[in-house]
Amino acid sequence: MADYRTPLRRALGSGSAKRGVGHFIGQRVSAIALILLAGWAVWSVLVLAWGGDYATAVIWLRSPIDAVLASLLAIAAFYHMQIGMRVIIEDYFQAKGTRSLLLIANLFLCWTAAALTIICLLKVAFGDAGAI
Amino acid sequence: MTDAAPTSRERPLSPHVQVWRWHVTMAASILHRATGVVLYLGAVLFAGWALALALGPDAFGAYMRALGSLPGRIVFFGLTVSVLFHLANGIRHLFWDVGKGFELKTADATAIIALVFSVAGAMALWLAAAAVGAI
Repeated sequence: MADYRTPLRRALGSGSAKRGVGHFIGQRVSAIALILLAGWAVWSVLVLAWGGDYATAVIWLRSPIDAVLASLLAIAAFYHMQIGMRVIIEDYFQAKGTRSLLLIANLFLCWTAAALTIICLLKVAFGDAGAI
Repeated sequence: MTDAAPTSRERPLSPHVQVWRWHVTMAASILHRATGVVLYLGAVLFAGWALALALGPDAFGAYMRALGSLPGRIVFFGLTVSVLFHLANGIRHLFWDVGKGFELKTADATAIIALVFSVAGAMALWLAAAAVGAI
């Protein structure tokens, strides 16, 4: 089997330089982050459902801890699901055009939703304390 | 490998999906992907919730009323089951990543645990929420 690597690459012997597994590792690392956030997230949903109204949600988000964890949840979740959906698209869509279109749509949707969520959370978290 | 002639020799085919025997590990694998897609939609609902909150009390009230409606509750219960299953099965995946839990009995048992945990856990959470008057 022909070896297409350059002599320098062969001499360095690091193969793909371990860069090809970036998404695989990112998926696992974000999974660990989401596991750590899961308990807090379930508890928060219960608290927010219990209060049920606007004031409860605003007061909840004014707490720095909840605001930080909610932002981290958004980052980890949208990153994780972007990779997950990417794998699904790559599994089921072989035609290059469709596949590229769906991959780009997935990327745009995840980044847009992440930006929207974080900006909205911060807007409320940093909002005027008197105006609830 | 190096001397393989480019002939039209019959290549082995992987078993077709219709001749696979249903098995709990297979169901867990399929459900992991299915619940992942459900949670993708759930994350969009999370973004919508944050947007409604930022828009003010009127938008937030309308959003929460939609979530509290019967279809909204059914969707949210489905999301609860999906979160718990994807969480439990994701932990299985992390154990596999470090080479543990591949024994048939272990894989079967952990798949069943993940399934039971997700359904029982979701019912427990909803019962707890109902008990304190949250829903």
